[in-house]
Amino acid sequence: MDLAAAKMIGAGLACIALVGAGIGIGNVFGSYLSGALRNPGAAATQSTNLLLGFALCEATGLFGLVIALLILFAF
Amino acid sequence: MAMALNPMEQFEVKPLIEQPILHIGSHPIFFTNQALLMLIVTIAASLFLTLAMSRRSLVPGRAQSMAEMSYEFVAGMLNSAAGEDGLKFLPFVFTLFIFVLFSNFFGMIPGSFTVTSQIAVTFALASLVILTVIVVGFIKHGFGFLMLFVPKAPIYLLPLLMLIEFISFCTRPISLSVRLFANMLAGHTMLAVFGGFVVMLGAAGGVLSFLSIAPMFLIVAIMLLEFLVAFLQAYVFAILTCIYLNEALHLHDHH
Repeated sequence: MDLAAAKMIGAGLACIALVGAGIGIGNVFGSYLSGALRNPGAAATQSTNLLLGFALCEATGLFGLVIALLILFAF
Repeated sequence: MAMALNPMEQFEVKPLIEQPILHIGSHPIFFTNQALLMLIVTIAASLFLTLAMSRRSLVPGRAQSMAEMSYEFVAGMLNSAAGEDGLKFLPFVFTLFIFVLFSNFFGMIPGSFTVTSQIAVTFALASLVILTVIVVGFIKHGFGFLMLFVPKAPIYLLPLLMLIEFISFCTRPISLSVRLFANMLAGHTMLAVFGGFVVMLGAAGGVLSFLSIAPMFLIVAIMLLEFLVAFLQAYVFAILTCIYLNEALHLHDHH
């Protein structure tokens, strides 16, 4: 297998990290929604934590994407 | 088939003036498109905040209430995350927030350059935050700041936990900078890739040219998402700064 093909496969594999990010973001919003429907009064106070959880989650997936881009363009 | 347009081309830093403007040692320093955008961002942010607040009317107009809202937003964030004595870092956190926010939003203008899509810029900002945290921690607590790495736990777990805490502290500048950089990079790359679809479909001719409308609408939707991300990443950068400052000020105990 030549190097170019291996790079492409590696970059594709690195994007599997986005699976975890998808599950995580779904979990963040799902849990927030189920919590907010049980106790609507407390929902507004937790929006900071919601956005923070969303951003932290999304970032872990994007780290994988950065690895893919590094494989493709940096090496 | 080769890509019609290279989606990474937009992140290229190129000198705007052929001649280097100064030399540090033998290393030439160029005035690049990134330097120009950073200059524009800084000037725009300072102009907006000074002009909006110049009238200082009791009943604020549109511009003044925008400036006041952004100020109160950051102040509230800092207060809730780091407590009353965290408020003396408001100028620092507010500057970071406004700089990142304006950079992200100026990057959304088609054809411009996103300053925060450069790891050099975001890592410089993140290391500034972490260095501030370390300096503040050592000034406030002396060597007691090292207790940050000692959580409340059974003694036989402590060596392992201290190692984990230390590693997690060391990865903070990396995660803080890579988060912002990767979000901006991924968003703008995605926009460019879908833009390439429009061009390729449009050039294909016949029915396919009409189909190029579809990715066009998708670009509009992604653009809206990117505006949300642009704000959200500035917000996350600022709130994480607040949280790290809180740890430096109060160690483990809550304010």
